[in-house]
Amino acid sequence: MDRLRLATVWFAGCSGCHMSFLDMDEWLVELARFADVVYSPLVDHKQYPENVDVCLVEGAIANTDNLELLCRVRTRTRTLVAFGDCAITGNVSALRNPLGSANHVLRRSYLDPGNLRPALPAEPGVVPRLLDRVLPVHQVVPVEHFLPGCPPSAPQIRQFLENLLAGRVQSSQCATVRFG
Amino acid sequence: MAAKTLTIDGQLVSAEEGQTVLDAARDAGIYIPTLCHLNGIQDIGACRLCLVEITGSPKLLPACVTKVQEGMEVQTSSDRLRRYRRMILELLLAERNHVCSVCVSNGHCELQTLAAEHGIDHVRFEYLSPRLEVDLSHRLFGMDHNRCILCTRCVRACWHVEGAGTKNVAGRGIQSRIISDLNQPWGQSETCTACGKCVAACPTGALFNRGATVAEMQRDRTRLEYIVTAREKSQWIV
Amino acid sequence: MLLADLIRIKEQELAGRKPFTLRVCMAAGCVSSNAEAVLAALDRAVKDAGLESQIEVRPVGCLRLCCEGPLVAADPDGKLYKKVRPEDAVSVVKALQGGPTSVRTGDMREPFFEKQFNIVLANSGLIDPERIESYIAADGYVALRNVLRDMSPADVISAITKSGLRGRGGAGYPTGLKWSTVAKTKSARKYVVCNGDEGDPGAFMDRSVLESDPHRVIEGMIIAGYAVGAQQGFIYVRAEYPLAIKRLQTALKQARQFGLLGSNVLESPFSFNIDIRIGAGAFVCGEETALMASIEGLRGNPRPRPPFPAESGLFGEPTLINNVETFANVAPIILQGPEWYASIGTEKSKGTKVFALAGKITRTGLIEVPMGIKLREIVEEIGGGAPEGAKIKAVQTGGPSGGCIPASELDTPVDYESLTKLGSIMGSGGMIVMDETTNMVDVARFFMDFCVDESCGKCIPCRAGTVQMHRLLTKILNRQATESDLKTLEDLCELVRSTSLCGLGQTAPNPVLSTLRFFRSEYIELLQPKSPSPECASTAEKKGEPADDKPVEGR
Repeated sequence: MDRLRLATVWFAGCSGCHMSFLDMDEWLVELARFADVVYSPLVDHKQYPENVDVCLVEGAIANTDNLELLCRVRTRTRTLVAFGDCAITGNVSALRNPLGSANHVLRRSYLDPGNLRPALPAEPGVVPRLLDRVLPVHQVVPVEHFLPGCPPSAPQIRQFLENLLAGRVQSSQCATVRFG
Repeated sequence: MAAKTLTIDGQLVSAEEGQTVLDAARDAGIYIPTLCHLNGIQDIGACRLCLVEITGSPKLLPACVTKVQEGMEVQTSSDRLRRYRRMILELLLAERNHVCSVCVSNGHCELQTLAAEHGIDHVRFEYLSPRLEVDLSHRLFGMDHNRCILCTRCVRACWHVEGAGTKNVAGRGIQSRIISDLNQPWGQSETCTACGKCVAACPTGALFNRGATVAEMQRDRTRLEYIVTAREKSQWIV
Repeated sequence: MLLADLIRIKEQELAGRKPFTLRVCMAAGCVSSNAEAVLAALDRAVKDAGLESQIEVRPVGCLRLCCEGPLVAADPDGKLYKKVRPEDAVSVVKALQGGPTSVRTGDMREPFFEKQFNIVLANSGLIDPERIESYIAADGYVALRNVLRDMSPADVISAITKSGLRGRGGAGYPTGLKWSTVAKTKSARKYVVCNGDEGDPGAFMDRSVLESDPHRVIEGMIIAGYAVGAQQGFIYVRAEYPLAIKRLQTALKQARQFGLLGSNVLESPFSFNIDIRIGAGAFVCGEETALMASIEGLRGNPRPRPPFPAESGLFGEPTLINNVETFANVAPIILQGPEWYASIGTEKSKGTKVFALAGKITRTGLIEVPMGIKLREIVEEIGGGAPEGAKIKAVQTGGPSGGCIPASELDTPVDYESLTKLGSIMGSGGMIVMDETTNMVDVARFFMDFCVDESCGKCIPCRAGTVQMHRLLTKILNRQATESDLKTLEDLCELVRSTSLCGLGQTAPNPVLSTLRFFRSEYIELLQPKSPSPECASTAEKKGEPADDKPVEGR
């Protein structure tokens, strides 16, 4: 069997889902027998490669960098997995949405608190621009699977990957998987 | 009281005359999901989760207010009904800011549990993300409108069990809000007896005891049932 | 009061008639274009010309050709003066005696009037709605007197049943059946409620009836009260109809003075009273259970049925609830017989229907037509087609609960079943004509916007589902939607229709469904091509932009 080309990406989220991934402990060694991690914040690859089999997407889409990378990920990946609540619902990352557009959020964060020299951060080309609304992944590109949880527990992630490796159909109809 | 025999999901069930389909089903161990229903307070058929198919009726009927009839044939979980329930729950999840991970009721929430039961792993609708208040003016309780699903269980508990009439609904449609008295901060309410029955009744994290932190808020529903049973049947049992 | 009194009043009234009459429309449409000043100017002109003994200037109800108001009709020559200004008064008075006039005139034999059939509006535009004598002169309250003297309640119900009259509020439930259900309940207290909470955009039938002939509705209610055994009636009118409320108040006061309401109606053992309840502007209060909650002083929320109002309605008592136009049909049925009424219309839809004709059409106004008339006759002959040679695209009936009927189906007869088959409804009688310039997706969104605003918020499918449908329609109109969005929209339509608590929600998807059915290509044209990967980022960015730069308030 060909080795699975696995990737993970980290958008607007706390990286808790990635921590949970690491919590799979010794099963990671098992995973390494079947899969190559070709791109991830946990490994040192600079470019998202072509021909990725599965990508776990953590985090919501909050800025232009997220958006660009997500679009690249989508075109280069067969199976996209929205990984954790931020990717699926926006979750904590989307708590800013009720405040209004990016402008309102920036003002609320940088001007309203009234520091000595209040100014909006602007570093074009360095700091990516905020989107007006934080979006769940599936509202930007099509997503094949959803793995909710904040974070999804290590056994859940393991179960999910085992099913994926075995080519079993993923069923989301189980009460153990829930938001939060 | 006359007994009625009906079929629920192909199972023969006997029920008392005047009983609702929901009660008859639950007595027979058949589960029908509900949100606006709470044992002990009057039903209003608003959440539409308990809709069932009844042979011969062109419309879906809410089990919580539909009375049993002799020979009735009830279907509680057809594919169609499950599809509708899933969409209704998704509509609720998208309506206000239900951020489970930072909610006092995380893990003890009826909406969260129902969503999981119905296999909701994502919401197909756009999140409306409304900007809503959190009322922390009461010395004992808080009201987070972000988590409110407008089931009005608090309103009915306040009016019909406590009899205080503090809680009510203002506005209409998507702008509806649960209010205290004449839409004033809860802490300034002159009618609130601080009994906490509304907090006990709330299915989500909208009403909470102050000081409850994330995932801490568990509710004692038996208290309401105890009061109603004591009042109606003079039985002081839980 | 006895029959002799009624006859005496009628004779006195007729004896007071003068050779010439100028009937000035005083319904809300004409009043809003200055009819009151026209009326005063005509009065003065008659006085100045010293013709008071010759010419009667009579304020009347709706003269129907609303687009040409203020309207003045002249008797006996049958001329109809259009867009009359106060300064035209002298010229109009002179014209009555054969002089020339600069005012645009038509006559009552125009196609707009010729195709109509008058039952409900028979007195509209003829009698003075603020004088009970004027109604009595048109054989008013004779039906009531006949009922009280010669008919048992069962006879009345049987007459209504035989007439084939169906509820004019929209759903078309057989009126006789409803009456007999309420009559059969055993309760010491029963109520009769008249639903005048007309709220469909573009509809003004009930308002016109109440403004033009309030006694007719009152008479219908009293007869209904006698038939079902009720002692108390309520007329629920929306606050947006101040003129209708004022005329109703006047009419009720006069009816009480004449012994037609109160204890021992027309010196019979039967007693009946009517009170007005004014709505506070919620469309949902036109739904019967919400309306009754509102009368009881509660929040105007609907509740699940059963129990139906006929068993447990207002204050938990059996309640008969009918619409304004339904009650207005009662007296003519009693007077002229159910067989006569049943001879008009189609097999399943009897009698006439009043429509408020509006939109992209040459002649707008109030019309009454026999059931079964073809939509084409209404739109092309009565309405005169689209103005300036434009092509008609669709006709919307039934307001936010109805649907759009495409021009290709204009030969459909207007009856309950045929309109339902086309995915629309008869509704209360709003009829909006649209021409080729109309974007049907936009029309669907307009009505959805209305439903979002008017949803009471009690049940989730209607409260949140309408908002999501509105969002999706906006997304389609902004060319940001994909095929899967259209699928979601259709799923939502099915959900909201099947699971909403009351009629408002259950019918809210109809404008979307009917435009999808007949104008699907307009939706498809607005969709995004599939898999827009090259410009993925730029389109997604747009999704992130809110419609305006304000914080999201509630919606």
